[in-house]
Amino acid sequence: MIEKDEIVWDQDGQIKVLTFDLSGETFALEANMVCEILDIQSETLVPGSAAIAGSVINFRGSVIPVADLHLAFGFDAQSVTQDSRFIVIELEHNNEACVIGLKADKVHEVTTIDHRTTEAAPRIGTRWRQDFIRCLAKRNNDLIVVPNLPRIFNICGHIQAGTQH
Amino acid sequence: MTDNDPAQVFRVEAQELLDQIEQALLDLEKSPGDADLIAQVFRAMHTLKGSGAMFGFDALAGFAHACETAFDRVRKGLVKATPKLIASVLAAEDHLRALAEGKNVPEDEGAALLASIEAAMAAGSPAPTAPEPEPEKSWRIRFSLARDALVNGTRPLALLDELRALGPCEIAPLTGDIPNLETLQPTDCHLGWDIHLKTRHPRAAIEEVFIFVGDDAALTIELVPLASAAGHVVSEAASPVAANDKPAAAQAIGYTVRVPAERLDELMNRVGELVIAQSRLKQVVAFSNDANLHSVAEEIERLASELRDSMMNVRMVPISQLFGRFRRLIHDLARDTGKTIDFRTSGETTELDKNVIERLADPLIHLIRNSADHGLETAEERRAAGKPDAGRITLSARQAGTEVVISVSDDGRGVDLNRVRAKAERSGLLAPGAPTSDAEILQLLFAPGFSTAEKVTNLSGRGVGMDVVKRTVESLRGTIDIANRPGSGAEVALRLPLTLAIIDGLLVRIGQGRYVIPLASVEECVELTTDQDQRSRGRSFLTLRGQLVPFIRLRELFATGTVPDKYQKIVVVSTGSERVGLVVDQILGDHQTVIKPLSSFHAGIGTFSGATILGDGGVALILDVPHLVAAGQQQEDRLRAAG
Repeated sequence: MIEKDEIVWDQDGQIKVLTFDLSGETFALEANMVCEILDIQSETLVPGSAAIAGSVINFRGSVIPVADLHLAFGFDAQSVTQDSRFIVIELEHNNEACVIGLKADKVHEVTTIDHRTTEAAPRIGTRWRQDFIRCLAKRNNDLIVVPNLPRIFNICGHIQAGTQH
Repeated sequence: MTDNDPAQVFRVEAQELLDQIEQALLDLEKSPGDADLIAQVFRAMHTLKGSGAMFGFDALAGFAHACETAFDRVRKGLVKATPKLIASVLAAEDHLRALAEGKNVPEDEGAALLASIEAAMAAGSPAPTAPEPEPEKSWRIRFSLARDALVNGTRPLALLDELRALGPCEIAPLTGDIPNLETLQPTDCHLGWDIHLKTRHPRAAIEEVFIFVGDDAALTIELVPLASAAGHVVSEAASPVAANDKPAAAQAIGYTVRVPAERLDELMNRVGELVIAQSRLKQVVAFSNDANLHSVAEEIERLASELRDSMMNVRMVPISQLFGRFRRLIHDLARDTGKTIDFRTSGETTELDKNVIERLADPLIHLIRNSADHGLETAEERRAAGKPDAGRITLSARQAGTEVVISVSDDGRGVDLNRVRAKAERSGLLAPGAPTSDAEILQLLFAPGFSTAEKVTNLSGRGVGMDVVKRTVESLRGTIDIANRPGSGAEVALRLPLTLAIIDGLLVRIGQGRYVIPLASVEECVELTTDQDQRSRGRSFLTLRGQLVPFIRLRELFATGTVPDKYQKIVVVSTGSERVGLVVDQILGDHQTVIKPLSSFHAGIGTFSGATILGDGGVALILDVPHLVAAGQQQEDRLRAAG
């Protein structure tokens, strides 16, 4: 199956991204898929849903799912701090446009990633599933992870019958 | 905006005109020779031709012109409206529809249709009888046009000239309606005419002159006894009676505005948000001592709920819109099956949300087809069973509480349960010899891929259908019941909620979470004492006035991991005849619920039909009662089976 998981670089081989923290690692999302950054508000748990999207929130009068990427990358769920935010993104899921809130421990900034500084996820040496990562970008001495959201939601987003929180 | 696209405007108009034509033709089939109906078809064809040409639909205009010319001969009584002619004009109407929708239609199709109309006319034309010359009569005609008639292109002079052509006329203007100069609109038509006509032509010839004037013109035609006809036309100067009559007539005509559906939906969303904001306000005000604030908040609450109700009314449309479409379907079904079908409808004035109506069309078509194809027997079989030759299909709608029940019933052979069972066993839907109740066998009809028709016909029996019907109805939060009377027919009843967007709900708390139960399905609330709770461990039944009602502990189903409240409540909900109790920790009160859909991440869970936003901005999930009732019944069945 062909998935829309390729990064669309501009003609200079660059792309604008929003960087944020999950359990101390820096992650990045294409800036053009981000709608808004929200302060943390109380979530409503949805019994019977997949763990990765286990709750919903009110976003401007519509009810949107909240996804927790911590679980996809094997981190422990983090407690809410002053810096916690929801990043509201728009994404295609099950062939329909879907607005999703992503939990982030801290949101940094919009920055530019250059194609030449990136490399594919190595086969070994990471504790994460290789197909969950589009690429790794080097910046200063830091490593930025660009996650493959459609892939993550396809694998983890299914409702597992019988599993509940 | 799409509503500025002239082609789109025309398409909407054409659709309506074609619907009118279709209805009139179908009526004409029942009462051939009804002059009103014939005139209606003719007028609609004429308008279609005119607007078609105006909007550049030349092929359509040309074809409509040919049809109009043909029908003109029916109107003049030269040709009879035989069933054959009506059938071919109906076929031509389909062609017009295709043209109006801008589909690519082969040109020779139009020619073939026209030829078939010609042939039908040639067969149906009686030898034209020479009309007997009538004696000269004297007529008094008064007419005045609608205010905007001149703007719309009506030319009074042409009408008067046509009258003059019928015989000698005396014409006087009626000036009583002309307002004062300062209020005079020069583009409005304020004049009326009083005409005294002597002619040998019949009354119909005079009426024909005014055929295109439209309904908002006032027209009276009286026969004047010849003796007094010596009197001449009096030009009345502002007779008070005449002046008062006309505004009243103008008011009687209902005034409608066409609004695109999206705008209505948008308005609905705004009203929904207002209702949410209002309930937030109510919560905030509850903590205040300011009497003024309280009174304003109450005022706003009243306004918001009134606004909600009127918004609901705007969206309500009578179901006759939908029922009308099926008459054509019956006509075609009768032709294809060779059965005589007596189609009856009732409750056409029942109103339902427009979105619901739109989505019901396909399921109902399927049900009617099933009735005609599988349900009704052939005429011979019916005679053998002592039934009248014509099979009856009844489509009815009625409101029952917050639901609308639409049923399709027939007086045919009913559902053959043995055949259903045999078929289900063959296709593996049912284990051979498994004990099943009649109701369960009927439910098999809704299983995907199920069809009892031994051979696949064009009409039904493709095995896609009943499951689609069920899915559509369920997506509208409705349910389906089948009542089977073997040998004397079957009835399929769809129960649907009045509206999709807002419901009254009961807000409850389970663990930490808040949930909404649709109030329409709540029967009663009772307390579950700790005693009962302990005693009922493992068997989860409650005795309610001598009846056993299964109950579900939602706290366990949702795995909240909290300890139960000391005084838990059971909310007894029902769908139709089945009841189930839902154990909750606390009942918080009623809540006007604006239903928000769940995303594809959560839509498949089944326990929830949607979500709503509460007064404090939080989200509560709406419980899907039919789903929970089904779960409760399964629990009951398992326990019964276990002994």
